[in-house]
Amino acid sequence: MARDAGYDDFLDALADGTGYYLACENDHGSLPPRRVCPRCGGDLREEPLPETGDVASYTEVHVATPSFVDDAPYVTAVVDFGPVNLTGILRGVDADDVETGMTVTVGVDGGASAEGEAGGDGGETGDAETERSVVFEPR
Amino acid sequence: MTNVRVAGVGLTHFGSHPERTSRDLFAEAGAVALEDAGVPREDVESVFYGNFMGEVAEHQGHTGPLAAEALGVRAPATRYESACASSGVALRQAVKDVRNGEADVLVVGGAERMSHVGTDETTEGLAIAADDLYEVRAGLTFPGAYGLMARAYFEEHGGSREDLAHIAVKNHANAVGNEHAQYQKEITVEQALDSPTVASPLHLYDACPITDGASAAVLVSDDYADEHDLDAPVAVTGTGQGGDMMALQDRASMAASPAADDAAAEAYDDAGIDADDVDLAEVHDCFTIAEVLAVESLGFAERGDGITAAREGETRKDGRIPVNLSGGLKAKGHPVGATGVSQLAEVTSLLRGDHHNSDAVSGARVGVAHNAGGTVASATVHVLEVLD
Repeated sequence: MARDAGYDDFLDALADGTGYYLACENDHGSLPPRRVCPRCGGDLREEPLPETGDVASYTEVHVATPSFVDDAPYVTAVVDFGPVNLTGILRGVDADDVETGMTVTVGVDGGASAEGEAGGDGGETGDAETERSVVFEPR
Repeated sequence: MTNVRVAGVGLTHFGSHPERTSRDLFAEAGAVALEDAGVPREDVESVFYGNFMGEVAEHQGHTGPLAAEALGVRAPATRYESACASSGVALRQAVKDVRNGEADVLVVGGAERMSHVGTDETTEGLAIAADDLYEVRAGLTFPGAYGLMARAYFEEHGGSREDLAHIAVKNHANAVGNEHAQYQKEITVEQALDSPTVASPLHLYDACPITDGASAAVLVSDDYADEHDLDAPVAVTGTGQGGDMMALQDRASMAASPAADDAAAEAYDDAGIDADDVDLAEVHDCFTIAEVLAVESLGFAERGDGITAAREGETRKDGRIPVNLSGGLKAKGHPVGATGVSQLAEVTSLLRGDHHNSDAVSGARVGVAHNAGGTVASATVHVLEVLD
């Protein structure tokens, strides 16, 4: 799987627990890859991503694309970290117990067909050809 | 500046045509439009063509010239791609060309062939309208994205799955009698509520179907219409387009569609009308929640009130502002690249009085078509009016 400069560097940092986001002089938050702030065109600097965020919205996906079909149903959530929001797969909680406002931590899963730490039902391990996903878990 | 007259419109049946290529579908819709217009093929100066997933579904790019060829027209042709708003943006460019005096006769339309590749592949094909890095790789599907928007709307403004079900029920009822529609049958609120979950809180009956089909329209200048004594009473009098961040995570709110707000404001200003002047609308209800956002963007309901517009009868056939008298994407079907111009075709027929639901809006003079791409990162709004 070819690396996507900026994006994969961001995932590497998230996986290491050193996640960041981009901010401009007007403090608009954004995520890489960016050359300029998408809102004002300003120069960007890196700032540490807050360790936790709150679920802003979520959906339990039953009909998945082929790459995620073995995982369905699963919950995809948009999580508010303050300056930026991130979209990821929410693990470690029953779909019926998910609520907006729930506080979660963020990490990276080895791939769509790999099991997250919270998955635990013995699926395939990370495959070099599967794409990585942002994942959340309740704090 | 010349009016942009809609001289003729054409649609194929919208539904499952797995063995028909999109070029063949477009050839049919285009022939119907030319016949309806009474315009000879050799007068067509350019073709504007909307198509979204040609590469994914038919292993075919460069579909503009192919569309012109299928139509039997030797003229410059360009394919426009803006996800589900592909033919909406094609229409906007065609309108500008006629206004600018670049051309007197244009064909605009679109086509999509989707059903032959199956639900999994279509789900993947549609997902490419979202941000690949930040949304698709997080397992987000197209229904999933609208599921996030529906949940965000419920949190921000209230509303329920039952409110959404009334939109599906309304649009199915409107499609009865539409010979082009994929589903020409009524459904009940209970059926909608009991249908299987696709991406919560959205269920199967909140979603438009997978559809094959094509649309076309012939646009002409006033001069051409007059010289050839065409019966073309309807004109496109306003055009607007808006844009937004691709990924939902980057929007200030997931419970609104500012790109459509902007497109509507621009189109109304262009036509010199207000939302109050609009007699009917065809809006992009790829999911029931999308119709809610659309009626708010178009100014038919205040922000937060669009959710109950169908349930309270406001947008029904006999309501204050009938929405999706064709059946909408929900029941008529959504052949992605064809949808924008199919809305133009429906509004034109409604205003001309030759639509199966024309009796519901007799005397109507102003109609609006609202076409949205992806999760409304692109949107077009067009105003159509009956000329005096």
